[in-house]
Parts: sequence; structure tokens; C-alpha cells
Amino acid sequence: MESLLTDSPETTATVSVRDLRVNYGEREILHGISFDVTRGETLVILGGSGSGKSTLLRTLVGLEKPSAGQIWIKGKDIASISPSEMDAIRKKIGMSFQGGALFGSMTVGENVALPLREHTRLEESTIEIMLRLKLEQVGLQGFEYYMPSQLSGGMKKRAAVARALAMDPEILFFDEPSAGLDPIIAAGIDQLILELKQAFRMTIIVVTHELASAYLIADRMVLIDKGNIVAIGTTEEMRASTQPRVRQFLDRVAEPEVARELDYLQMLTEDRRRRSR
Amino acid sequence: MQILSQVGGSVTNSLAYVGALASLGGRAAYYTFVAPFQGKPIRFQRAVSQALDVGVRAIPILSLITFFIGLILALQAAYELRRFGAISYVATAVAISMSRELGPLITAIVVIGRSGSAFAAEIGTMKVTEEIDALETMAISPVHFLVTPKFIAMAIMLPCLTIWANTMGILGGSLFGVAQADFTFTRYISASIDSLFLRDIVTGLIKSVMFGITITAVGCFEGLSTGAGAEEVGRSTTRAVVMSIFMVVIVDLVFTALFYFVSEH
Repeated sequence: MESLLTDSPETTATVSVRDLRVNYGEREILHGISFDVTRGETLVILGGSGSGKSTLLRTLVGLEKPSAGQIWIKGKDIASISPSEMDAIRKKIGMSFQGGALFGSMTVGENVALPLREHTRLEESTIEIMLRLKLEQVGLQGFEYYMPSQLSGGMKKRAAVARALAMDPEILFFDEPSAGLDPIIAAGIDQLILELKQAFRMTIIVVTHELASAYLIADRMVLIDKGNIVAIGTTEEMRASTQPRVRQFLDRVAEPEVARELDYLQMLTEDRRRRSR
Repeated sequence: MQILSQVGGSVTNSLAYVGALASLGGRAAYYTFVAPFQGKPIRFQRAVSQALDVGVRAIPILSLITFFIGLILALQAAYELRRFGAISYVATAVAISMSRELGPLITAIVVIGRSGSAFAAEIGTMKVTEEIDALETMAISPVHFLVTPKFIAMAIMLPCLTIWANTMGILGGSLFGVAQADFTFTRYISASIDSLFLRDIVTGLIKSVMFGITITAVGCFEGLSTGAGAEEVGRSTTRAVVMSIFMVVIVDLVFTALFYFVSEH
């Protein structure tokens, strides 16, 4: 309990991560990450492919178990709570997945209404109204009877956001919101995130590698590289940073080619081992 | 020594596999028998639509296959029985071998091909497209939501399909009986019914329930353990079919042996 006192997260923080380590098998992906997200703030987690940013997000929503460290969400350490307590937390967070992850066998409306039907005892007529409201919020009014396969990429993401909003979450997580979308549609999704932030004062955590989008939506940014935090700060601070690694990422300087064959082979095999896990 | 350690390794792996299946089945059993009393109702609607899919829609192809199997059995049995002038026992041979063994087994194999593979493909695709993760982040248990309705549907529909398969097999046999063995249709059917003990049918049905549970466990487990990428879905579907057939044969062996020793005493 001592560490609790010394390490106790600030009361204003909705999410506090303390010395978080995550392993895939033998290999450590995140090497001791710590940061806070305050209420109503939009934090963008930036990083290249394989930097560990997606693992970080998956760990924050409880899809991966940390091997060490703590994740405080609304005053509870999700690394050490019971499954039923975790479920209670999960009802207060929303997650929008990279590809939308809409259920292909259900209509858009059924997708959005699913958490409500599962977790509340609301009347069917109330649920109908709520799902229309959520679809309207993301600009998809009238699409409740469409199947996900009939929607475009951008619409799928919007529908996924509507589903993430269904339970009126306090914290919203986004995994690569603009991945695979053309710039105009991607800008539309950024706009949607901004609207949500302004309208509901929601705490939003976004994982992305899109700089333009990060600059637009972030209050603060975290840059992750090879499982470590390289820099953390407000958008202005990041822009002004002189740290070489930050500059390289923000100025989009290419990484020198992997020169040694052995290193490359090791990289490949480690990647394979991770996937075949 | 190396051979020993390889044998040991594969035995451990097989036991771990069976253990994983049992744990999945156990969790589904919890959601079927315990959770409804704790305010987590069974998804009847999903179970019913699954039952329609694995049961009702399998009837045409299953009927055709088991009708022919019955006919083949009659031909094979008659070939031997004719030599002893005992061709009138064709009805008995078909009825007993259908209801004790071939009815449940053929049904299981048809269902593996139609539904076991479909379970693995469906759940595997959901895994790849992060839909399983999405369920979990919405605090919805994938086992409760996806797997349990399949278990319920299969445990109920497999015995139903087996009864149907037995009937179709006997009808197939009757085609030979009437055409070649001086039976009238009604005499063939009553000879079949007379030759069957309730025990023959019940042991077949018990086996078919076990087959249903086994097929679901393998199909869903393979789906849930799908890795990343579309080719992985194909791989787990193939594995689901092969492993299901193997597991069904093992379960068949175990239960047949069990019934044999129980009826002996």
C-alpha cells in the first residue's frame, strides 16, 4: 500500500499510468510507461509502426495484461481488479477500433444498440430513440437499417464511434481513427472528435501516426518509440522540441535502412514469433 | 531419448488441447446453467437462430446422405446374409447399425462440415476484424454472447438430426428390402422397429449429444485462437474440421466402450 501513497495519481487525472510494462511472451514491448490524462483532455499517443502504441492502447482498455505497473482509471487500478470490477469500468469507457469492428451480422442500429440492450433495462422504444440520437451525433441519421458491409470506410468508423458513445462513456479511446481513409474523410473524423470533445467535455485518448490529425485534435501528445516515452507535452511544446527523436518523427525524416542482415533477420523472426503467439 | 521427449511433448500438448476445450465447455455450461439465475439470461433468440442454421438447414443434405448410407448398408449386409439364406435379417442389420453407430456418426460428420467449420470461420473472422475485442471492451463476454448459444443449439439439434438420420437410413434400407428381399414396405418397417431396443436408440442419442458438444468446443476454440490475418482464418477452419472428426471418433470410442462395459454388468 506504500507505493499507493507515494505514487498516488493526482485527483484530477482520469487515467494515470505508472511504470507500465507489457510482455508478449519473453519480449518486453513497453518498458515502463508513465503519464496522466486529466479530465476533459484529449491526449494523442504518437508513434511509428511497432513502437508499442497499439499495445499501450490495448492495455489501457484491458485487452492485454500488463506484466508490471499500474493503470488507474477512475480511481481503480485495472491491472489488479476483479473481472466484474473491470466490466464496471468498461461500461464507462468507449473504444473505437481501427477497422470499426462492427458486427457484420447485425445492422448498424443493432450494433449501436447492443451495449444498451446488454447492460441496461431500458424500454425498446427508449433504446430506439437513443440509437437515433447517437447516429445523429456522428452524422449517420437514417442509416440504422444498413448492414456494415453496405457502408463506406468513413461511415463504418462513424458508426463505430456511435457504438462507443452508446453508454455515454466518460473516456473515449480511438485506435488509428484516420487509418485507411482518404484525407477528406479523415478530416471529417477529426472534426467529429473535436465536436465530441467540445460538446461533452469527454476525456479522449487517440492512438495515431497521422501528424496532421494529431496537431488538430490534441491538447497534449505523447511520443512513443521502441516501447519508451520519448517526449510528452502540449502540442506547442512538441512543435518547439529540439529532441532529435521528436524532430525526426515530426519532420518525417526517414530512418536509415537496417544495415546489418542479422539485425533484420532478428527483427523478422521476433515479429513472426509475436504473431504466432 | 529424443523420441521419448517428443512423445512426451505431444502427449502434453494433446492434454492441454483437451483441457482448453473442456474449459471452454465449462464456461459455456456456467452461462447455460448458473448465470441465468444470477441475472444473465441465456440468449434464446441467438440459440434458436443457431439451431435453425445447424439443424433445420442441414436436413436436406443429411437426408440424402443417410438415405444412401441405409441403402448401402442393406446391400452390404444382404451380400453376406444371402449366403446363409437369412436375407430377411437385412432390416435388423440396417436398423441396428444405423441407430447404434452410423446415424450419430454420419450426422456428426455432416454437421462438422456444415457448422463446425462455419463456427471456426465466423469466430475466426471476428477475431481478425477485432470484433471479439470490441465485445470485450463493451463488457460483453464472447463466450456468453457467441459460444454458449452455439453449444445449446448443437446439444439439442444433434440428437434431433440423429433421429432423423436413423429414420432416413431405415427408409434407404427399405428401398432394397422392398425391391430385392420380398419385403412389403410396412413389413420392412415393422421388422426394423421390432429389432430395435430402446437401448440402441438411447445410446446413439447420448453419443450424438456428446458429439454436438465436442464439435462446438473444437469449432469455437479454433475460431477464438485464430491469429492475425485472413489466411489464419482458413487455417483454423481446416484445423476445426480435422480436429472435430478426430475428436468425434475418440468420443465415439470412449462412449461405445463405456456402454459395452456397462451393459455387460
